Amino acid sequence: MDVFIISLLNGLVYGMLLFMLASGLTLIFSMMGVLNFAHASIYMLGAYLAFETSRWVGFWPALIVAPALCGLLGAAIEVWGLRRVHRNGHIAELLFTFGLVFIIGRSVQMGWGMLPEPYRVPALLDFPLFTLYGLQFPAYRAFMLLVSAGMLGAIWLLLKRTRIGLIIQAALTHPDMVASLGHNVPRVFTIVFAGGCLLAGLAGVIGGNYQSTEPGMADAMGPIVFVVVVFGGLGSLAGCFIASIIMGMVSTFAVVIDASVADALRPFGIALRADDLLGEILTVPVARIGALLPLLMMVLILLFRPRGLMGTRDT
Amino acid sequence: MKCQRILAAIVFAVLGIAVSAAPSRAADDTIKIGYVDPLSGPFAATGSNFLKVFSYVLGIVNAEGGPLGGKKYELVTFDSKLQPAEALIALKSITDQNLPFVMHCVGSNVGSAMVDAVSKHNARNPDNRVIYLNCGALATELTNEQCDFWQFRFTANVDQRAVARIKTLPKSVTSVYVMNQDYLFGQSVQKATVKYLAQYRPDIKVVADELVPFGKVQDFSPYVAKIKASGAQSLVTSNYDRDLNLLLKAGNDAGLDIRYDVYLAHQPGGPTSIGAAGDNRLTSVMEFNDNVPAAENNEAAQKFVDGFRAKADFNFIPLDYLTMFRMLTAAINKAGSTDALKVALALEGMKMTDLMGDENIMRAEDHQLLSPLREAVFTKSAKLDAEHTGLGWKEEAKLTAADLTLPTTCKMKRPTQ
Repeated sequence: MDVFIISLLNGLVYGMLLFMLASGLTLIFSMMGVLNFAHASIYMLGAYLAFETSRWVGFWPALIVAPALCGLLGAAIEVWGLRRVHRNGHIAELLFTFGLVFIIGRSVQMGWGMLPEPYRVPALLDFPLFTLYGLQFPAYRAFMLLVSAGMLGAIWLLLKRTRIGLIIQAALTHPDMVASLGHNVPRVFTIVFAGGCLLAGLAGVIGGNYQSTEPGMADAMGPIVFVVVVFGGLGSLAGCFIASIIMGMVSTFAVVIDASVADALRPFGIALRADDLLGEILTVPVARIGALLPLLMMVLILLFRPRGLMGTRDT
Repeated sequence: MKCQRILAAIVFAVLGIAVSAAPSRAADDTIKIGYVDPLSGPFAATGSNFLKVFSYVLGIVNAEGGPLGGKKYELVTFDSKLQPAEALIALKSITDQNLPFVMHCVGSNVGSAMVDAVSKHNARNPDNRVIYLNCGALATELTNEQCDFWQFRFTANVDQRAVARIKTLPKSVTSVYVMNQDYLFGQSVQKATVKYLAQYRPDIKVVADELVPFGKVQDFSPYVAKIKASGAQSLVTSNYDRDLNLLLKAGNDAGLDIRYDVYLAHQPGGPTSIGAAGDNRLTSVMEFNDNVPAAENNEAAQKFVDGFRAKADFNFIPLDYLTMFRMLTAAINKAGSTDALKVALALEGMKMTDLMGDENIMRAEDHQLLSPLREAVFTKSAKLDAEHTGLGWKEEAKLTAADLTLPTTCKMKRPTQ
């Protein structure tokens, strides 16, 4: 029971971090049709910028400075990069963001080196919030939940209750109509791309000291963020939210399951051994193949429901 | 159009000059060693720390007077990224440059690929043979099933460390949680830990036997929750670098109150990760640490330690690296050259006393160095601290080379010439 509740909380924290990253990517993907490969790289950049800012000024200013810088970078990429490449089609945009991954990755390595940086939790938040079944829950994780929930609320408010949100929603499905109504659709695109990068930067600020801040961060987070976006479906923030929570829970709970898939199948009379087909994967404890599960779920949903959970737009 | 042609001509000319500039051949007064270890990726910290260690060791060995009338050792570094494929590319580069030795310390998966590749290369290129100096690929398989004439392991292997670890577990511990990384080394430790627990401490109950993904886990709190729920008194793990540091950090964050009787906490990063919370709760099995010279009354070793503390933030642990280079020097002198076959024959069976006065033997049967191991506890009452934490390693037990002489299943194929 205690393991269940602790894992539930940890899964929630991880899921909300994923949501922060994936929401930006979903918005960008839905509106502009651009799969921003460099999204996880901006997340990494956000973490490094926050580390630098917290070294010179402090953690609290970093919460504002780092995402702002990432947003500005996003705007710059959109105006001077994507807008020009857009003429040449989707593939060109994809290749452009793919190239950005290498540029940003190398720049981080050159700027800060190969070793992990000691980006620490601020002293103000470095205490146990409460003790559950003998294990402490760090206050910083509660802070992470607060920031992610606040951000979720802010996005919802922005999209549903403001004019710009209305325009963004409309441009999501009918960009040409919105343009002919006189709105500056390219500017809306820039705002969305910058907003997505700002969200990624914010995720980096709070995720960088939850995980380790090192040049491999982008490669570690990248795949699972794409899984979340695909699983949740394009054009749907609600789907993205549900998918992030599901993936967060799956990754966390997989660790505590010591039984194997073969054990689950045994009551049905199916006895698997290690040398049967797929037997090697199905007879090891789920904890060992936990990292595989989100990717497996993505493959399954692409097979049976390519639209994703709540997708409103076909891929 | 003409401009472009001239430009192209200039570019090609410059490239041609650059390429044809003679690559620096091994200068007559240096012996180059190709050093392959992770300098990027999740284990970059370990590779970079070992570079500092080798820089110090080679400084001392070269000052003592290198082999063949004072030639100096020089490292040529390659990034393995802890991937066998990358390490093999590095090996190709090393053999292309005719370097006589390849040295590698981190990752038994890389070590296994290296043993195999070196063996094949030497069989196919008898005029350009290379010796693999294994300074840290610990899986016992490398000197059992995979033993090879061209590999020399200069550090205690998994079985030896497991014997040292199990024999020095406190009598008060009756239940352990075994955790290792899910790759060749971790699985080797898993087997050895369970085997020797059954042999030397049948009273200890193994509550769980876990394998964690290698270098991938960012958040160990789910594992910490499992460990707490299991009720084990001690966590016995061979995790290292990030996999250990994040585990210790997660344990601290959650206020996990168990003993850590581990294999590799003495490596750089371990003391910092557990910090003051580890006082008298953490023990590790190591070759040496900064407090050993004082404990065993050895002045020369104390000078050695003082010299290293002036240069680095972490304890000097791998005394076997100093022994390795001293043995290598003796072997090259005996062979009269760096020819791989002659040096290998000279190394086999070599006996040498290390800096602490203990006898080390390079066993000819499987090319495994037999050397002492010490078990130490992390405590405030240690004289010299580790990584500026205020706590340091205090020696509790020592096992000599004789204690750690274990049987081997090696059936080595010897070269015919």
